[in-house]
Amino acid sequence: MGGTAPAEVERPLSDVRPDLPWLTIVWNDPVNLMSYVTYVFQSVFGYPRVKAEKLMMDVHHKGKAVVASGTREEMERDVQILHSYGLWATVQRDS
Amino acid sequence: MSTGFKASHAGVTIRLDAGEVSILVSLVSQILGLVEPGATGDDPIERALGIGASATPPSDPVLARLFPAAYADDEASGEFRRYTEATLREGKRADATMVLETVEPGELELTFEQAQAWLRAINDVRLALGVRLEVTEEVHEEIAAMSEEDPRYPAYVTYDWLTYLQDTLVRALW
Repeated sequence: MGGTAPAEVERPLSDVRPDLPWLTIVWNDPVNLMSYVTYVFQSVFGYPRVKAEKLMMDVHHKGKAVVASGTREEMERDVQILHSYGLWATVQRDS
Repeated sequence: MSTGFKASHAGVTIRLDAGEVSILVSLVSQILGLVEPGATGDDPIERALGIGASATPPSDPVLARLFPAAYADDEASGEFRRYTEATLREGKRADATMVLETVEPGELELTFEQAQAWLRAINDVRLALGVRLEVTEEVHEEIAAMSEEDPRYPAYVTYDWLTYLQDTLVRALW
């Protein structure tokens, strides 16, 4: 996160940490093609082909990959677009 | 069998015979029949915003795959569904309709926008068949080893053909 906040200021215990990022996760499935998933990552996120291919390989081999992070609203928008392409995507809070 | 999609000046081209067109029309029409327009609530503002009436996941396994849960938590997932599923349904219906309006036997040219709709619509058909046939990642090897007498054979061959179309379409768009 941005490094401008003074380090000595402690967050109150009740802090809900609104800046904690949310994640868009894509899960492996047996139908979506490796080429298609790479193409979708390029078109939806504007990632270069090499990065899109690496994320696709992570999904393929590890079962899932974090493909984006940001606010909850941004992640929900990403997931909605990924669902329009038929990818199995979920939103979760970074932990 | 066709030679798949090729890149062209304006978008992509493909040559389809009458049998292939009829398979595509039949399968894409089934998606259109399955994915009914999103049901919104009675509230006119919710209707205008595309906010749906239902927060529950579809009971049909194909629809559950086409509109998956966005959260591990049921309540958050239901809220997401209420706000997005009607719009997603409209999008899938528009993609399917685009295929039905443009598909014809012979040499076919699609613009980039039309090709994007085809890409998503063919994938929706593959997802639907994949759920119904319970395909695994070894589907290609399974088909290669399957007897032509196997009652599942025609459906698997169709699935394999759609996979081929999808892959050539991605490569033509790259």
